[in-house]
Amino acid sequence: MLNNIIKMIPIYVMGRKYEVPKGLTIQKALEFSGYWLKRGCGCRGGVCGACVTVYRKRGDYKINVGLACQTVVEPEMDLVQLPYTSANKALYSIKNVPLINSNIIELYPELLRCMGCNACTKSCPMDLEVMNFVSAAIRGDFQEVVELSMECIMCGMCAARCPAELSPFNIALLIRRAYGKNVVPAAPHLTQRLSEITGGKYSDELEELKTTYTSELEKKYKELQATKGAAV
Amino acid sequence: MAYPVEMQGSIKKVEASRSHRKEQTFPRLDTAEKTKLLEAYHPDFVASEKREIRVGANKGDWAPKELVEMLESPSRLVPDAVNLKKVDYKTDILIIGGGGAAVTAALTAQEQGAKVLIATKLRLGDSNTIMAEGGIGAATLPEDSPAIHYIDTMIGGRFKNIPELVETLVTDAPFVVEWLTNMGVNFDRHPDGTYFTHMPGGHSRRRSHSVKDLTGLEIMRVLCDEIRNQEINVLEFCPAVELILDDQGQCAGAVLLNFDTDQYIVVEAKATILATGGIGRLHPQGFPTSNHYGATADGLIMAYRAGIKLIYIDFIQYHPTGTAWPEQMLGLLISEALRAQGAQVVNVEGEMFVDRLETRDALSAAIIRECGKRDKGVLTPTGMTGVWLDTPLIDQIYGQGTFLRRFAGIHKRFGKDNIDPIKEPILVYPTQHYQNGGIQTDVNSETDIQNLYAVGEVQGGIHGHNRLGSNSLVDIFVFGRRAGRYSAQRVRETTIGKLSLEHIRAYDELLVKKQISTGKVSPLLLPDYRFEKALTSVQHIKDR
Repeated sequence: MLNNIIKMIPIYVMGRKYEVPKGLTIQKALEFSGYWLKRGCGCRGGVCGACVTVYRKRGDYKINVGLACQTVVEPEMDLVQLPYTSANKALYSIKNVPLINSNIIELYPELLRCMGCNACTKSCPMDLEVMNFVSAAIRGDFQEVVELSMECIMCGMCAARCPAELSPFNIALLIRRAYGKNVVPAAPHLTQRLSEITGGKYSDELEELKTTYTSELEKKYKELQATKGAAV
Repeated sequence: MAYPVEMQGSIKKVEASRSHRKEQTFPRLDTAEKTKLLEAYHPDFVASEKREIRVGANKGDWAPKELVEMLESPSRLVPDAVNLKKVDYKTDILIIGGGGAAVTAALTAQEQGAKVLIATKLRLGDSNTIMAEGGIGAATLPEDSPAIHYIDTMIGGRFKNIPELVETLVTDAPFVVEWLTNMGVNFDRHPDGTYFTHMPGGHSRRRSHSVKDLTGLEIMRVLCDEIRNQEINVLEFCPAVELILDDQGQCAGAVLLNFDTDQYIVVEAKATILATGGIGRLHPQGFPTSNHYGATADGLIMAYRAGIKLIYIDFIQYHPTGTAWPEQMLGLLISEALRAQGAQVVNVEGEMFVDRLETRDALSAAIIRECGKRDKGVLTPTGMTGVWLDTPLIDQIYGQGTFLRRFAGIHKRFGKDNIDPIKEPILVYPTQHYQNGGIQTDVNSETDIQNLYAVGEVQGGIHGHNRLGSNSLVDIFVFGRRAGRYSAQRVRETTIGKLSLEHIRAYDELLVKKQISTGKVSPLLLPDYRFEKALTSVQHIKDR
């Protein structure tokens, strides 16, 4: 890119026209245009949801969404950065939420207002099947909710676009938390290890290791590496 | 296929050697070989990229020149512009930062009955934690033990780790897994509840607990939700710009900057917990970084001006497998879990040149040597070079569907650019990833300044000169919990004196007296990528 001839394309940032190099992400195109981002920029790697962007292309009726850090600019994009998305979030104590349908409905009664319009799915920049996990939540199929919503980055677009005013991402988060805490059985190997540590089983060994010579540690490491087994 | 024609010849060679390579391992380096490799090729050993620090507690020490420039710049805060008599928030505990360490300290302190305020530069949760793909290192399996975890960590850190901190890390680690599970984190589990674990580079046992390749995202979603449930007060888009001391020299809070209104906010606190993260967005040596937008070493700068001595600050971790192609993903991390799961590292000819499970420092050095001196890197159309991470091996070894099940996030990200890592390798080059050193603390995360704590990446000493994979995603919780618990007890018997910013004045005056002038102010708060800086620079590779 440094020495090549750069082809410039027109974009619109909140209605104002800029010429930016082809191939940049929306985020870098904004920066190239002179915007010093404060809101609407986070991990720059597609996992935090901060930079969700709404855009249309001039001459096209369709509203698109994307992550500014992941979406490459196209000519005639008309861009809107969202500084913030507002969404309903129920307050609850995770200790007191057994995973049953009535609990979820009680905390999020608007869940039943879903009219199946699919606007949430169409607005998800992660291409998640949002409406399907909302339906699964209504049905009480919580495992399905966990699986379908696991890659949610909490950007809030689904809540912003929902005509029934649901916050699908917060509802799914509640269900995932309750599922992880209550449904999966406890691991005996972890319980065992915790009681060993509490009982002081490793204290002496660790105390001794703290003053062990490096050459001796290296020797032990070599032995451990020889017996390490499979990596997964 | 999104790989340009000029790269496809090399992909053919990788494919041709794959079935033969699959059964092979590359000999591991012994300590002497590793030392030699690091000294010749690791960026930490490039003397011309460091500078002597001329002022402050580390005067005479050498550090990356990008950091030295910030340390030697006057404060962006003009003390006279702040009225310390008008305190905007009075709290028991001020937590600066919004990542895993910050929220953990907040939840723990609040549970102990302390009044907590979180101030963070971007949104709550915006941090390197949320980007962590791999997993949490904890010795929970029967064939593992905290003692083995200790040995691995010391070897990885080249024996420079502070032994007490490592002891604390490995002993508390399994409790962290329990705590997060009880919070509702959906770790990868077998049907009987057993945790799915993998073994990142340098570890001797499987001990990394993951949530697909979204471990940090899942944890941050859950913990931020809990912060809201507990109704903990959070000031977003309000970075701290300087610490406040009192007339006794104790830490007494901080001055924040409201990004939306450009106003200063004075916070008085009986304890201040720095959880500001790392240094990546200073771009040491011009490297790309895997860090989030706000990783500008603010905590190091603020603490240094208050008199804190930094430890191992000249040791930066370069993650061996940052994305080298496509261009728009440059520097983005490819989790070490892919290597744990069988992906080998090979050169332009399709040959292995290093064991895939070497520690990060050694593997990075080997890749830099391969692309530089040995000239066996793959050249991209934008002038970047890299080597292949042979991802198709994962399904070939562990069965069809493994990659998609374990690494859905990575698959999706590359899919957007029409690269299918199940069928095609990924091009990688080291990317700045982690600040190994930082602010030294005791086992309760307290620093040398009374009432000032440091947790997470800003803390130093746990990892020595080189951190092992999965050890940071556990240290933030281990020391976050400790800082929260301990500070909550301590604030009960703490009284704060008269608030002061005298240390800022004194530091600025010292710079003038020594005629040190950088033309900048610090902390940086946000990197400036405007105008032509938005076009990626890969100059450091060409210079090698």
